[in-house]
Amino acid sequence: MSTPEYLARRLLQLVPTLIAILVVVFALVRLLPGDPASAILGDRALDADVERINREYGFDRPIPVQFGIFVRQVLTGDLGDSTSLKVPVAQLIAERLPITMLLTLMAALISVALAVPLAFVAALCRDRLADGMIRGAFQVGLSMPVFYLGLILLTVFGARLGWFPVGGDGDGLLDLLYHLVLPAITLALSLAAVLMRNLRAAIIDVVDADYVTFARSKGLRGSLVLLRHVLRNALISTVALFGLSIGTLLGGAVVTETVFAIPGAGRLMVDSITGRDYPVVQGLTLALAVLVSLTFLLTDLLQAWLDPRIAR
Amino acid sequence: MSAPLLSVRGLTARFRAGGREVTAVDDVSFDVGEGEVLGLVGESGSGKSVTLRSLLRLLPSGARVEGQALWQGRDLVAMPDARLRRVRGGAISMIFQEPMTALNPVLPVRVQIEESLRAHTALDRAGRRARARELLDLVGIPDAARRLDEYPHQFSGGMRQRAMIAIALASEPRLLLADEPTTALDVTIQDQILKLILDLKDRLGMSVVLVTHDLGVVAETCSRMAVMYAGRIVEQGGVREVFASPRHAYTLGLLGSVPRAGTERSALRSIEGTPPGLAAIPPGCAFNPRCAFATTVCREVRPDLSPRTPGHLAACHHSDRVAQASLAA
Repeated sequence: MSTPEYLARRLLQLVPTLIAILVVVFALVRLLPGDPASAILGDRALDADVERINREYGFDRPIPVQFGIFVRQVLTGDLGDSTSLKVPVAQLIAERLPITMLLTLMAALISVALAVPLAFVAALCRDRLADGMIRGAFQVGLSMPVFYLGLILLTVFGARLGWFPVGGDGDGLLDLLYHLVLPAITLALSLAAVLMRNLRAAIIDVVDADYVTFARSKGLRGSLVLLRHVLRNALISTVALFGLSIGTLLGGAVVTETVFAIPGAGRLMVDSITGRDYPVVQGLTLALAVLVSLTFLLTDLLQAWLDPRIAR
Repeated sequence: MSAPLLSVRGLTARFRAGGREVTAVDDVSFDVGEGEVLGLVGESGSGKSVTLRSLLRLLPSGARVEGQALWQGRDLVAMPDARLRRVRGGAISMIFQEPMTALNPVLPVRVQIEESLRAHTALDRAGRRARARELLDLVGIPDAARRLDEYPHQFSGGMRQRAMIAIALASEPRLLLADEPTTALDVTIQDQILKLILDLKDRLGMSVVLVTHDLGVVAETCSRMAVMYAGRIVEQGGVREVFASPRHAYTLGLLGSVPRAGTERSALRSIEGTPPGLAAIPPGCAFNPRCAFATTVCREVRPDLSPRTPGHLAACHHSDRVAQASLAA
């Protein structure tokens, strides 16, 4: 199979995934305890008001009809209105999700930037001092809870040294990026630890492989052998792990946004769940699920590019 | 013989394994002449592949190589890395046993040839492309232009080995180190690959060191041979002389275990026992526990590799008895 064919097949696979996401998101909200009308109106609502709300939001229609309406609304970009904030959910998501995406992206970049060179050093100095120090440091990072690590960074680099702001999202893109540095580092460290360990093992596996010896026997420079022959092969499994970790990273973003008081999608999610703001929970879950499946698509394509055997 | 192309003296390779040091190659000396095919024979673990890799210092980190390997007056063992890199894949190339694992699975064949050309020639991009295609033609890969952009897994076993040979030949080496190049292939393909190597040797004027455990291959292709056992060379000489009258009991055993067509049907003899592990090489002659000729001296004194007839060396206390036995057989 050629690469375009692989791309087409992989895109086609996205369709059932998206349908499944729609079903699950739709069902999830309706399976939650407590009915939405009383959530909106409060515990002492009048029956007439409950009925009105049910009619307004379509909660009195049969489930399949409700699903049909839901799908049509989603496809037209209409995710309903927030019950507590009284604004369209789509608008809320458009405001908040980019911040979380930016945070996650920064964290992902930081973790890769940390993991790749350190994995190389650790693997090439295997079982020597540098290896032990790197692995030890990451072990500490890995065993520390995200919120605790966040608080330490906040105290030291935010409050004590004053290098970074202690919270909020700043003014404009540059300021936002500046505000996201500490949260991104907080979020990145545990992923960096996981990636580093995986990549270190993969490099150790690959570095004595026949094709690496063959590459050396061709008289190639050491750096070329490491980058083209060792790293590329070692990255294949790490990229898969990286893709799978994006979901975890988004989960970590919820905690991080809370610690650093960043008005992102994570905070919005927490607030909406506690406030039983169903339309927001539903819309946000949908958006995050789509985001995660797109990330999986990207990592699959990246893997296929790294390893042509996958696409065939 | 004129001055040898490569002259190896006292080559020794040591590894750390399980906290202690083992000697995989012990005091190995041999010469390779211009245009010659030298066979390096032995069972698995006898140190033939390690010998080959030691020459270009391709052993895993942690291995120590001592001795000398004189190449055009310079010692490969002591050469600075940058200089050695020019020799690797330049004047001396190497091919491996398993082309499936020795070719990088994620790079098209073109890249794997062109990176060698880039390292050793002044060719520009277009020149490298043209040369890569020529090389595939040279090793008999049909439809070379298209196949260049394919990946190793899209090649059959024989074609893969041809591709590896093409890569090794990229910079017209004077010496080809071939590490069991046919072992992983079907018998019919084996023959084609051997013929190809011999043909290329003649056309390009190379010398070849051929590592193999297959005496049939040696008989077919080599002019001289060295037999290795437990990291040492135990017998060395012209292929004709060694086959006609082996001077080491181990060689005699090896020859006895090769089926021959066209002669009277006789039982194949195998060598009893297994080769020793590197960590437990017996004192005296390493072969003595498996040897029918062994006496007390074999268990105590390590025999030197010394000439028995001109140009025919053996490291055996009883080489005369072995020679007689081989005549009687």
